[in-house]
Amino acid sequence: MSSLILVTLTGIGLGALYFLVASGLSLIYGLMHVLNFAHGAFLTFGAFIGWEVARRLDSESWWVFALSILVGGVVGAAVASLTELALIRPLYDRHIEQVLVTVGLALAAVALFEGIWGADPIYIAGPAWLKQTTDVFGASIPNTYWVLMGAATALLVSLVFFLRYTRYGIIIRAGVENRPMVTALGIDVRRAFTVVFAIGGSAAGVGGVLAAHYTGYVSPHLGSTLLIFAFIVTVIGGVGSLTGAAVASVLVAVLQQFANYYLNGTGDFIVVILLAAVLLVRPAGLIGRRA
Amino acid sequence: MSDGTTDGSILTVQNLSASINGQQVVEDVSLSVPATGITAVLGRNGVGKTSTLRAILGLISRSGEIRLAGERIDGLRTHRIVQSGVGYVPEDREVFARLTVAENLALAERQREPARELVNELFPDLVQRRNQMAGTLSGGQQQMLSVARALINDNRILLVDEPTKGLAPKIVADVTIALRRAAEKVPILLVEQNLEVVRQLAGDAIVISGGRVVHTGRAVEFLDDEALIKRLLGVYAEAPAGNGSEESA
Repeated sequence: MSSLILVTLTGIGLGALYFLVASGLSLIYGLMHVLNFAHGAFLTFGAFIGWEVARRLDSESWWVFALSILVGGVVGAAVASLTELALIRPLYDRHIEQVLVTVGLALAAVALFEGIWGADPIYIAGPAWLKQTTDVFGASIPNTYWVLMGAATALLVSLVFFLRYTRYGIIIRAGVENRPMVTALGIDVRRAFTVVFAIGGSAAGVGGVLAAHYTGYVSPHLGSTLLIFAFIVTVIGGVGSLTGAAVASVLVAVLQQFANYYLNGTGDFIVVILLAAVLLVRPAGLIGRRA
Repeated sequence: MSDGTTDGSILTVQNLSASINGQQVVEDVSLSVPATGITAVLGRNGVGKTSTLRAILGLISRSGEIRLAGERIDGLRTHRIVQSGVGYVPEDREVFARLTVAENLALAERQREPARELVNELFPDLVQRRNQMAGTLSGGQQQMLSVARALINDNRILLVDEPTKGLAPKIVADVTIALRRAAEKVPILLVEQNLEVVRQLAGDAIVISGGRVVHTGRAVEFLDDEALIKRLLGVYAEAPAGNGSEESA
């Protein structure tokens, strides 16, 4: 029973991390039809800068931990906005070129990070509570998972509020549905592009800092590894669907954890099987619409 | 003449050509739209009427000179053209299905004091359905919403594309009334296949064939000339072209 609880809750925690990365990817693709392979670089950069801030102050302080998350989010948003303005916008509606640019940026970013911080993982410190566990019906759940779940829930609630009740949110939802018509209502949809990139980059930056505490280290390849699962989650959930991304994140991660625990570490394989099954049965994803 | 108009025209188009994916859909069209009333754009299916409107808005690749109240707008991006006072009611409504009626209208509002009273007066049904998803509205209600989005701002001209297409006769009548009311405030360039609606609404008519303007004149005179209608549109005035009434309200 305790192992069932352990696997389920750690699956949900991992799903929360996937959602932090996938939510931005899904919104960006949904609105702009840009497959952003540089999204992992935003995450990694946020993680490194967050770590730099923490180690220069007091790594074990909760305030510094909160500050590092904030800095990771701001840095992620800034880098993502610059990327959109400098690299994506000039290639508006040239999707192949946009993909090539984001792939190139991702590769260059990893090389840059290796140049600055080295290729090896850097083990990080944090508040002592994060290294401890909490007992839930006999299962010892690492506390990092609670932070991940809290952050993902806060992000989901914030995004739902933003998309439902703000003008930019309505523009983004409308743009996902019919971008030319948004323009034909007199709205400069390119501003919404930058906003979406900033939101996605911010979530990735926050995710980077938390991912570093989840794995216990930062490395230039931190984002690349998570990006693969984020893309899978985005496809399974349905591109452009925030709800789909949330449901798919938890589904993928829980299934992955169960397969790892009960089927001899076959989690990644099972996720690929799930992806193939969804693409065969529901090509638009669980909650997505057909093109 | 209104302020800023040229020769009584609010919109003038000179040598407009447009293409979609390299295929020319509008060829050297020149026209002018009076600063008052409704000007109908007529023509057989596929001659470039919708493309002409979309080209004026910059929604498709185009060349030529376009002036709104004497000022060139062909160098502006689509959202700037709309902000300069060009309202648009697209063919097939294009409401945002996953937004509510209220959100669709809110999205269209560009000015501090939008004309909500006019919209509420013309389309009371939309007021009652303000929290309903636009995708769940009937075709007629969606058309009302599409027209309402254009009327909620004080535009200098409306480009209205086949507003009665596929609607039941009762809804066609409602749309006709709404457009007549709108035309009291703002000139309209109307693409319409239903010649009876054109007869009720339009002062002038422009006929396009093969991507070119082949006739301009008073709408009533054109509609009374059956030989001309037959030659240019391939239909008789008594049998409105393309007026499918397959959909109920």
